[in-house]
Amino acid sequence: MALKTLKVAPGFMRFMPKEYQDLVEKGPFGRQIKLSELGTFKEVLEEHPMCEGCAMALFIRLSLIGLPNPEHTIIVGTAGCGRLALAQAAIPFVYGNYCDTNGVASGIKRGLAIRFPEQDKDVVVMAGDGGIADIGFSQVMHAWFRKEKFTTVMLDNEVYGNTGGQESGMTCRGTVVKMAPTGKQFEKIDMIGLAQNAGVSYIARLTPTNPGRVVSTIRKAVLVARKIGPAYVQAYTSCNIEYSIPPDRVLDDARQVEKERYGYLEIMTDEAKSYLAQVEAETRTPEAVATV
Amino acid sequence: MKSCTPYCITTGPAGLLPPAAACCGIVLPEKGQGLVEGRLVSEEAALEVMAQELLSRKNPTIFPGPLVLWAWKEGVSEKAASVLELAEEIPGVRIIPMPDYRPIYPKIDPEAVINPCHPNLTIWYNKIEVCVFVGVHCHFANITLRMIRAGTNCYTITLCHSAGHEDSMASLPFCDVEQVRALTEAVRRLKRQGLRPRHGDACGIQLTHAQQAVEAGLVWRPA
Ligand SMILES: Cc1ncc(C[n+]2csc(CCOP(=O)(O)OP(=O)(O)O)c2C)c(N)n1
Ligand code: SF4
Repeated sequence: MALKTLKVAPGFMRFMPKEYQDLVEKGPFGRQIKLSELGTFKEVLEEHPMCEGCAMALFIRLSLIGLPNPEHTIIVGTAGCGRLALAQAAIPFVYGNYCDTNGVASGIKRGLAIRFPEQDKDVVVMAGDGGIADIGFSQVMHAWFRKEKFTTVMLDNEVYGNTGGQESGMTCRGTVVKMAPTGKQFEKIDMIGLAQNAGVSYIARLTPTNPGRVVSTIRKAVLVARKIGPAYVQAYTSCNIEYSIPPDRVLDDARQVEKERYGYLEIMTDEAKSYLAQVEAETRTPEAVATV
Repeated sequence: MKSCTPYCITTGPAGLLPPAAACCGIVLPEKGQGLVEGRLVSEEAALEVMAQELLSRKNPTIFPGPLVLWAWKEGVSEKAASVLELAEEIPGVRIIPMPDYRPIYPKIDPEAVINPCHPNLTIWYNKIEVCVFVGVHCHFANITLRMIRAGTNCYTITLCHSAGHEDSMASLPFCDVEQVRALTEAVRRLKRQGLRPRHGDACGIQLTHAQQAVEAGLVWRPA
């Protein structure tokens, strides 16, 4: 998608649904949106069919606000709860098979670089812990080994939510879920450690307790992946259905998990660090501030 | 559904998922040809049938797709203008867009939009008995057309920018401004020849309630 695709043909605006009129007139395209502007612009995702109070839906909403150039972004997802919302966002969405998101994303990113050499195009994989760390594992690792320049976001609800509660590699040891009644026998996979070993340029682990941090983490990850190398964001996005968390307690749970074991972690290469510092400096120049 | 041999693409409801027309031996038209209910005909003959159906059936509706709605490249505005010109000639016509192919759940507003994942909802709700798809990418048009044939009695017309659609009842391939204008001309000619349009009393394009509300700046809540 580019900005030109957001121009309605003459005479057709009055037939367009309100949602599209708003996207054209008040969408987040062509400028850097700030979280504090929430409510004043048309978000790329509003309605979705995910469960009431789902932390993953909240995280996705915030992540989409963090994208530095939504009009030049393609999201790749797969089977699992997240794609229910992602497929409805006003950002091109590619549905990879359950296992090949990172292979598909590699191809898309390389293809876009050939097709649009003058325009940076961002590719973001967003999939569940099952999609990334279990069945998609080898493609994730190999994309990292190949230093593919796109972002991988794991929506880590520590369970197979969409299929009714099987344990995943990211479920914590001992946890009992509906379809793992004897409790998980093995440790949670250390994807952060694996990402470090594979030489991923930007790595972050977080929960959705701090919306501003979600937005800035996604922004940094996508910027690094654009120019420097692979980025990996692992987000705790509890499944209130499978973990029986009342919808109004979802953020309490996230705060507790953050405090007890998930924390906030950010690791990046020196190259990524200096690139982000350079971008930051550029956006602070008087001309850039005037245009924001 | 009418029976006829060889296989005919007639209005439904044909039941849950009818076979794809291509599997039943229906081939796509060449440039200069059209397809009517599965038979290859001349472009002129196809235009004549389309014009006739648009004027005679209930609640004619144009479904413009992304290739007409978004002026993303040269030539789109001109094609869009030709579609509006066609609409002006069909009394009582409505224009309900398919701006993109995103799924819409949990609830679609059938007065505001048609969605390829469940096009039948818009057709049922608005009691549409004849429609024109124009500017919809082929892979989405094909599945949409089959769903419509499966579950509704709507006569589907496709003005395809590419190779045409064997799953619609009347189809014109390689359709550009020239072909859209030729259809407009065919509509005008039939009216001149005395065909009284089904919605002869309605003048011009009819806005749906949703479109009227948006135009008036009201908050619209679908039923
Ligand atoms: C190849 C393949 N195997 C199995 C499935 C069935 N399936 C669909 S979603 C899913 C689990 C999703 O779990 P996760 O990736 O953790 O996402 P969540 O639903 O928890 O967000 C499975 C096993 C599938 N679609 N494709
Ligand atoms: S099943 Fe769990 S992860 Fe999936 S939408 Fe519902 S609460 Fe969210």
